[in-house]
Amino acid sequence: MKLSSWGRLSDEHYPTTPLSREIDNHPFIKSDSSETAIVYGMGRSYGDVCLNPGGRVYLSSGLDRLCSFDAASGELICEAGVLLKDIQTLFVAKGWMLPVTPGTQYVTVGGAVANDVHGKNHHSHGCFSNHINWIRLARTDREEFICSPTKEASWFNATTGGLGLTGVIKEVSLNLRPVSSCWLDTETLTYSSLAEFSQISKDSEEDWEYTVSWIDCNSRKRNRGIFIRANHSQSGAESTPTKSRLRVPLVPPLSLVNRATLTAFNQAYYLSQKQKSGMGRSHYQSYFYPLDGILDWNRMYGPKGFYQYQLVVPYESGMPAVKAILHEIAVSGQGSFLSVLKTFGDVPSPGLLSFPMEGLTLALDFPNRGKITLQLFRRIDAIVAEARGRLYPAKDARMPAELFAEGYPHLSEFLPYRDPGLSSGLSKRLMGW
Amino acid sequence: MKRFVIIGATSSIAEHCARLWVAKAPIDLTLVARNAVHTRSIADDLKVRSPDSMVTVVTGDFEDPDSIRRLVDQILKEGDADCALIAHGSLADQSACQQDLALNARELNINGISPVLFAEAIANSMVRAGRGTLGVIGSVAGDRGRKSNYVYGSAKGMVTRYAQGLQHRLAGTGVTVTLIKPGPTRTPMNAHLVDDGPPLADVAKVAATIVSGMEKRRNVVYAPRRWSVIMMIIRHLPRFIFNRMDI
Ligand SMILES: Cc1cc2nc3c(=O)[nH]c(=O)nc-3n(C[C@H](O)[C@H](O)[C@H](O)COP(=O)(O)OP(=O)(O)OC[C@H]3O[C@@H](n4cnc5c(N)ncnc54)[C@H](O)[C@@H]3O)c2cc1C
Ligand SMILES: NC(=O)c1ccc[n+]([C@@H]2O[C@H](COP(=O)([O-])OP(=O)(O)OC[C@H]3O[C@@H](n4cnc5c(N)ncnc54)[C@H](OP(=O)(O)O)[C@@H]3O)[C@@H](O)[C@H]2O)c1
Repeated sequence: MKLSSWGRLSDEHYPTTPLSREIDNHPFIKSDSSETAIVYGMGRSYGDVCLNPGGRVYLSSGLDRLCSFDAASGELICEAGVLLKDIQTLFVAKGWMLPVTPGTQYVTVGGAVANDVHGKNHHSHGCFSNHINWIRLARTDREEFICSPTKEASWFNATTGGLGLTGVIKEVSLNLRPVSSCWLDTETLTYSSLAEFSQISKDSEEDWEYTVSWIDCNSRKRNRGIFIRANHSQSGAESTPTKSRLRVPLVPPLSLVNRATLTAFNQAYYLSQKQKSGMGRSHYQSYFYPLDGILDWNRMYGPKGFYQYQLVVPYESGMPAVKAILHEIAVSGQGSFLSVLKTFGDVPSPGLLSFPMEGLTLALDFPNRGKITLQLFRRIDAIVAEARGRLYPAKDARMPAELFAEGYPHLSEFLPYRDPGLSSGLSKRLMGW
Repeated sequence: MKRFVIIGATSSIAEHCARLWVAKAPIDLTLVARNAVHTRSIADDLKVRSPDSMVTVVTGDFEDPDSIRRLVDQILKEGDADCALIAHGSLADQSACQQDLALNARELNINGISPVLFAEAIANSMVRAGRGTLGVIGSVAGDRGRKSNYVYGSAKGMVTRYAQGLQHRLAGTGVTVTLIKPGPTRTPMNAHLVDDGPPLADVAKVAATIVSGMEKRRNVVYAPRRWSVIMMIIRHLPRFIFNRMDI
């Protein structure tokens, strides 16, 4: 079956095995086989963390059952192929939601665990793994077992954010949180310097659960952007807004994202958002998942696909680093429509390889223009390394192994937990196999 | 609460129909299959989706007429069904069936005789109640025999004719029989086709087409719908062309 990840940088044919919940139909390759596999969830990672060139791919889409829900505690037990979208849609009507959700809801629970995803409320709620009670893990070299923060905890810490390399996640117990409404009260502010961004972020931490900002990465003069903060409304109609479901119908022969469209778009977007400054109200779908309204938007980057580059840098060294990076990008004329700048708080994640750490995180899309794009990345890598930051493997298709090793000090602790039957494009690139 | 019955409830297509039904409103649902453990895990899932629905699991042998009689009696003792779906089936290994007549007979039985006996028994109870919608899953494979799967196809052809007969008999009674003909769909039945085979339809979309077709009391539902056109062409291809096709 042909598979790509979200960045559409490759489109290879893989031998696949649909994962099955029944033990008697266990798909696992014995560990004495030289073939390895990786689980593919929804392929919403941008690079090769969910791909396995030269190997096999397990498909988790059939593991889509909900097992139980405790309406008193909010504990949901479900299989790993369940979509966050299905959880949100089903439970929001009952007054519950996922405590942490990434910027798209077309993601599986297994994928959310393996990349230990974060949302717009990291400063108050941490990562996905901060809300997990236990994980049922199947390995090629041992019987299926359960790991949790208290039982087989080292396996739990390796598996959350473990990039799908510690075993197949079959089932997860997670805690939903009660919500007063599926609507959010929002406030939109503009900023025109990083210092101003910093100040707004700090001011928002106490009283606002969700914060995010869009930054214009094409503006050479100043670092202008739009800051949107939100809280769940205290009450609100249950009804969902009518969805306009657009789709990019085909892959255009050339990327629609280029210097001219970028500048125009960023200018137009800034002005339109600026007009919306002030208080507002947003349905959770449009606030959490603004891009889900346009299906297959990744096609817009044309047949060569695109990269996402997401970094985090600690606060102390953060501001100058972000400033330098934005300057590099503006000068290069490459860069993205939707560049996101936000802060991570100090909630520690159990995951040995979890991406978030306290500091500033910046995420940018770049059309794949080959060498010049990779050269730009190398210049940004140097700034990230200097600032003692790191890159997000879920978004990565090209980081140098040294940058990975420097950024993730627990890497050597993690390696013994790898399943000998699992590997990915990313693991081969960054861990040697 | 409306009463729904699914025969062959562990079928992936049927499971997705059940999800759509419980999402609309709480229902009283009986799941009938041969494997209790698998069926209970589906029941658990549906209960999480719809805590106010009643979901019951019944298991038994689908290959024996007496057992089918007992199963239907047991289910309908609890009340008449407003809606029933007969979904079980097995994609026979054609070449093995050509060699092994006992296997051939078993495949014809589970894909042909078993579903039509369920349909007969359930339809009779719906006639007595004066209402009901009965969906029976056949297949596009039942529309024309071909070398690669005529054992399976002929059994599905039997389902087609039987459903037609029931439709004729029940016209004007308030009971609807919907014959459902899926095209190739991504379910465990086709796990071997995922890598190299025809493109497979998404099971949730196929289920949505079935649920809406049954709701509209259609006689025949192709799912995905485009298969009605494709099969119209295939049914009408002259033999000298058809026989040269490697399908
Ligand atoms: C528009 C958009 C916005 C996004 N916003 C955010 C964001 O705000 N925050 C954030 O953190 N991320 C974000 N992401 C990234 C996305 O949330 C992650 O890449 C996520 O892990 C994708 O999940 P998936 O189900 O598609 O998994 P895949 O991409 O298919 O796989 C991801 C990893 O999970 C592993 N995996 C999946 N299922 C299993 C399993 N059952 N057992 C073991 N391993 C498994 C895979 O092997 C792979 O290593 C965004 C992505 C998009 C496209
Ligand atoms: N998938 C397709 O491409 C496709 C195309 C056309 C028509 N169909 C038809 O659609 C229906 C549903 O199929 P599906 O795709 O959902 O496949 P599936 O998930 O593999 O389901 C097959 C079902 O048939 C049951 N079954 C098979 N042999 C049985 C037996 N001897 N006794 C009792 N139950 C038996 C299975 O029970 P267990 O779980 O216990 O095995 C399972 O419930 C079938 O009638 C199939 O022929 C499917």
